[in-house]
Amino acid sequence: MSDISADKLPEGPIIKGKLSRDDVIMRLGMVVIALYLIATLVFPLWAMLSKSFSTYTFNLSAYELQVSDEAGDYSGEILTPAALNDKMQVLSETDLIAGSDSRMGLTQFFPDFSFRSPVMYQIRNTSETGRFLVGSELKTGTDWLELDSNTFRRVQLRPEKATGLGNFVSYFSTPALFNSIKNSLVIAVISTVVTVTLAFWFAYALNRSCMRFKGFFRLVAMAPILVPSLLPGIALVYLFGNQGMIKELLFGASIYGPIGIVIGSVFFTFPHAFIIISTALAISDGRLYEAAASLRSTPWRTFWTVTIPGARYGLISAAFVVFNLVITDFGLPKVIGGQFNVLAVDIYKQVIGQQNFEMGAVVSVVLVIPAIFAFAIDRLVQSKQVALLSARSVPYQPSPNAKTDRIFLIYCLLVAFFIVGILAVCQFAALIKFWPYDLSFSLTNYDFDRMDGGGWASYFNSIKLGLFTAVAGTCVVFFGAYLVEKSNGFRTGRALFQMFAMLPMAIPGMVLGLAYIFFFNNPANPLNVIYGTMAILVVCTVTHFYTVSHLTAVTALKQMDREFESVSASLKQPTLKLFGRVTVPVCLPAILDISIYLFVNAMTTVSAVVFLYSPKTSLASIAVLNMDDAGDIAPAAAMGMMIFYTNAAARVIHLLVSRGVLKRTQAWRSR
Amino acid sequence: MTEAAAPLQTYLSIDNLWKAFGDFLALKDISLEIDEREFVCFLGPSGCGKTTLLRAIAGLDLQTKGTVMQGGKDVSNLPPSERDFGIVFQSYALFPNLTIEKNIAFGLENTGRSKSEIAVRVAELLALVGLPDQGAKYPAQLSGGQQQRIALARAIATNPGLLLLDEPLSALDAKVRVHLRHEIKELQRKLGVTTVMVTHDQEEALAMADRIVVMNHGVIEQVGTPTEVYRQPASLFVADFIGEMNQIPASAGAEGEVVIGGSTLKSQQHGFGAGSAIVAAIRPEDVIPHGDGARSPGAPDEIETPENAFEVTVAEMEFLGSFWRCRLQHEIFGDSELIADFSINAVRRLDLAEGKSMTIELPEGRLMAFAPAGEAA
Amino acid sequence: MKTTTKLIASAAFSVFATVAAAETELTVYTAVEAEDLARYAEAFNEVHPDITINWVRDSTGIITAKLLAERDNPQADVIWGLAATSLLLLKSEGMLEAYAPEGVDKLDPKFVDAGDPPSWVGMDAWVAAVCYNTVEAEKNGLTPPTSWKDLTDAQYQGHVIMPNPNSSGTGFLDVSSWLQMFGEEDGWNFMDALHENIARYTHSGSKPCKLAAAGEIPIGISFAFRGAKSKAAGAPLEIIVPSEGVGWDMEATAIVAGTDDLEAAQKLVDFTVTREANEMYNSGYAVVAMPGVAKPVEHFPEGLLDAMIDNDFEFAANNRAAILKEWQSRYDGKSEPKN
Repeated sequence: MSDISADKLPEGPIIKGKLSRDDVIMRLGMVVIALYLIATLVFPLWAMLSKSFSTYTFNLSAYELQVSDEAGDYSGEILTPAALNDKMQVLSETDLIAGSDSRMGLTQFFPDFSFRSPVMYQIRNTSETGRFLVGSELKTGTDWLELDSNTFRRVQLRPEKATGLGNFVSYFSTPALFNSIKNSLVIAVISTVVTVTLAFWFAYALNRSCMRFKGFFRLVAMAPILVPSLLPGIALVYLFGNQGMIKELLFGASIYGPIGIVIGSVFFTFPHAFIIISTALAISDGRLYEAAASLRSTPWRTFWTVTIPGARYGLISAAFVVFNLVITDFGLPKVIGGQFNVLAVDIYKQVIGQQNFEMGAVVSVVLVIPAIFAFAIDRLVQSKQVALLSARSVPYQPSPNAKTDRIFLIYCLLVAFFIVGILAVCQFAALIKFWPYDLSFSLTNYDFDRMDGGGWASYFNSIKLGLFTAVAGTCVVFFGAYLVEKSNGFRTGRALFQMFAMLPMAIPGMVLGLAYIFFFNNPANPLNVIYGTMAILVVCTVTHFYTVSHLTAVTALKQMDREFESVSASLKQPTLKLFGRVTVPVCLPAILDISIYLFVNAMTTVSAVVFLYSPKTSLASIAVLNMDDAGDIAPAAAMGMMIFYTNAAARVIHLLVSRGVLKRTQAWRSR
Repeated sequence: MTEAAAPLQTYLSIDNLWKAFGDFLALKDISLEIDEREFVCFLGPSGCGKTTLLRAIAGLDLQTKGTVMQGGKDVSNLPPSERDFGIVFQSYALFPNLTIEKNIAFGLENTGRSKSEIAVRVAELLALVGLPDQGAKYPAQLSGGQQQRIALARAIATNPGLLLLDEPLSALDAKVRVHLRHEIKELQRKLGVTTVMVTHDQEEALAMADRIVVMNHGVIEQVGTPTEVYRQPASLFVADFIGEMNQIPASAGAEGEVVIGGSTLKSQQHGFGAGSAIVAAIRPEDVIPHGDGARSPGAPDEIETPENAFEVTVAEMEFLGSFWRCRLQHEIFGDSELIADFSINAVRRLDLAEGKSMTIELPEGRLMAFAPAGEAA
Repeated sequence: MKTTTKLIASAAFSVFATVAAAETELTVYTAVEAEDLARYAEAFNEVHPDITINWVRDSTGIITAKLLAERDNPQADVIWGLAATSLLLLKSEGMLEAYAPEGVDKLDPKFVDAGDPPSWVGMDAWVAAVCYNTVEAEKNGLTPPTSWKDLTDAQYQGHVIMPNPNSSGTGFLDVSSWLQMFGEEDGWNFMDALHENIARYTHSGSKPCKLAAAGEIPIGISFAFRGAKSKAAGAPLEIIVPSEGVGWDMEATAIVAGTDDLEAAQKLVDFTVTREANEMYNSGYAVVAMPGVAKPVEHFPEGLLDAMIDNDFEFAANNRAAILKEWQSRYDGKSEPKN
């Protein structure tokens, strides 16, 4: 009999298990996928962060100057611009903060400067790394350079690279830039409130009423997922632009700006909010309603005491998902935002417009903060939602009520009309020859090869990207999820992996894309070879959409019996055999879901790839953006609708595959 | 119950085994030997460490310290795939997308057997578990009991030296459970495979095991045959966990005596010092009924005044089918009641009814003394 | 293309195409319209069939960004068709190989870098202009403007669109030309007044004209060639050349310092200054580097050439960062749209 008092672990070494071949394979696999995530996520983000601290400043003491007398003799003292500035206080500390592209003339330090003066100047760098320009001629080295007054006027100092908070200081001292924070937040909050409200009643109608055509409405609600987020922007131009079909409805307000962004955001975030809220409403407990009814609670009271609390996690989660989607979206404000600056577009403007990568990195860091915040809250809420799900409850069965059912039907028809209307307008616009002057139908807008943006090749590139992403992404994600879920021990490794897998969702596409430039475009990086190829687009897209895919895979794997691996090991069968024979076939529905998710998103994503595509790998979604940018709005609409039809077709194929192939492989599901 | 069998070789021996989850010690210094062909049950409430011990034996969750020897070989740090066992889980863990045949054949593949050999073996196993013509079905098409038999067939397909059963019957309904436990026991005898079963169901353990290992809070409370653990529980925990047991706060008298509410009663030898607080215990079925004090007319008067007998009042009677459960009151029990199970015959014979008084005897050999809960035995 | 990649590529393809492997390849970065590229390459290959051009094409901003990003490891051999302001930027980074192509003396000196030897040579110019939608203007009761200053008139409030200089080369050449023509102070005053009339700033330079063509706005500040194209496509456009003069930028050619194949690169740049090449540029541009070559382009406004200001590219390049910063603080911060 044991001695109960002996409840302290004796000294001595802890047993270390011998690794089986399977353990070794699993760990290697996990290390490989973790390395993949590190190389495609952690390192790039790190590169971006360090870029945001990489500043340029004018170092006024890095140069020496000497002024001659009128005869050209240098007898005066040797000056530095720093000393001159100390004396005259021309520039303050913040004036010395620069961008990579900044220049500084020197004549401001000589109040009596005249370019006609016979006075000569000589200038030199005090170190080998110093740089200044004469005109656009780059001068390095420490030799004295003699210049006449007229040429001295053309001397421009170049800033030095340094590390520090200078970029952030200059960001927050530029109202044009930090105003965007407020704009982005305002837009995101308004869109969130509107979308969640609309989606809630839509989901409510579908789950809690007995109206007709529920299948149709469900289908329509999901349609916006199939198009790039900027497509509603194009439709809004046609509807409410200065030549808009129904611009009178805005009563003179301009669609270019917050109004346009909000309407478009509501369109493209609607399905996301709808799915989440619908799930929350579907799992509410019907017994609570019976209890409420037996207590003679009014419907209104039941709504506030039963329905809303039951769906609250869904509502909160939907709100943060929508918030995140809106604040990180780039395509829509780019198209319809007008003068209304938002963070995501700022990144684009800084990088593409001004080649100011450092400032782009700073805005990215600023944008990541609300995104991570929203993401963290969403995760927190989701975990509670799961607990709610596992509770045993009776599904609510709505009972018909002619009056409310009719109201809901009308409401849903209006929402459906909005969604279908936006898409129909795009399709209509694509077929009109020259809005509004030549309203005949023609296919000229489909002649993409005549436009900027890569032509039809970009469309086929997108399909290629979609397929590659679906195949490669599904393999990586599912295998990675399997390793994390089902391997033994190695806890720290698994926890770390799990964290890496959750990270992408918090990283806006723009930020990821920019981070990729910094990391992959570095010639010292051996992975540099994939820069500018289809591979980097695939990698970026897979990483960008990793989290949701990973969660889908993990959910499916969690439903698998935990003991399969134990049984297989006891039968001395390799785990990979189990993986191939059992895990993959059983999880096939989830695997197909991941594939279609990745495909559709690869077709529609703009933000993640806008910095990364090359002319040979231009994409349909980017073409929409670029054609709109160039003013070819109708072809942009045409391309956008091509993406819609392709994704719709992919969905149908996905459905057929799910129904057909699954019928064979999943025969065991039916009794 | 089987008799303690002729000396058998020790097949599995566990030595000073510890398992820690962080600061929590799930197993504390477990040592245990299991003989060849023996059927051993690990019995205990949930969280007592029985499953942890099973998983350590299997190598599924490695122990923190200590050794496991199987068939004379040290397997302490080997991964499951390098040990020799078959395992059946509560969830059956049948591969849902493979047919019954393929499930059973899963472990036979890659072992040098030809396809036809595998087919023969699968048919043999299906016949063994009594499901000869179900091979082409999928697990979901079978009942729970049938599925568990398939899981068993899969586990023994490769003739493992050790069969581990982790609560194999808990997911089944009562009737199937009783039926299946006989079948498993039969099968185990037929195959002679050393078997360890984890269960929280004492009835199951009593019915199936050659020896029961009762566990609580990560330690072994008692190891013994079903009769031993039932008749001679080693601790109050075991006494309480297995079967019904009256527990009466008392103090020790002289050796072989307990003092309950001031009355000294004869009891088993107990080894407690006189005056120390103890719990006196007796199983309800061990209480002997003797009729009321004023003997009813016509009743046989074979009894003198037995030792340990006294008069009680019947407070409550509950008919449980094959016997009556009676709650008896007496001043020495204070507010609590003594539970006694009397046969239907005895109740009729003694004409017992609620509110009547009667004489009972607590036989000396059945009245036990334990240290109160929470104190070392 | 780098030697190693080239080696791998040629090794991979040598089995199938031994002839192709013998060719020289040049990676050429360009911002020229996609539809023109094939024509350019074809014309070049008539003279040098042994040199294959691998085009990397994108908008001016992106190509410039790409080149700057690749500063330490240039991927391009030659730049053929990028804004001179961008090339000056690259020059000041020491990224260009100075080279005087054969026959450079035949070009208008305005189109050649001042350095000796020059770091870049111009090809053609694109010129700012105002696209004016007559139909929409009439609807709004507008009178056509004749000068930049006219555009500050109150009648145009909310009816003008121009490109954002922070993202568009055309936008920047407008701003830089105004500062050069009107002087710093008056230039900014002019823009302050113009800003009151601007409906919004677009990201790209061609969009204002396309929007004007589509009637989305009556007046779009854009460039002349774009206007001519839209007009040819049937849009009710008038292309107005403001009387003060118009800003312009040129497309130019340069060799990237550190190219693997300097000889082939020089051959290419030699070709880009030939009469033949200049004639080729003329199909898309009314103004080309070689005097006397340009033929009139349909719908191109008259008097445009004379209106081109004496553009100081050095001023534009060296003050670019400062101008953009100033512009941004003046106009980009006021985010509310105007009506």
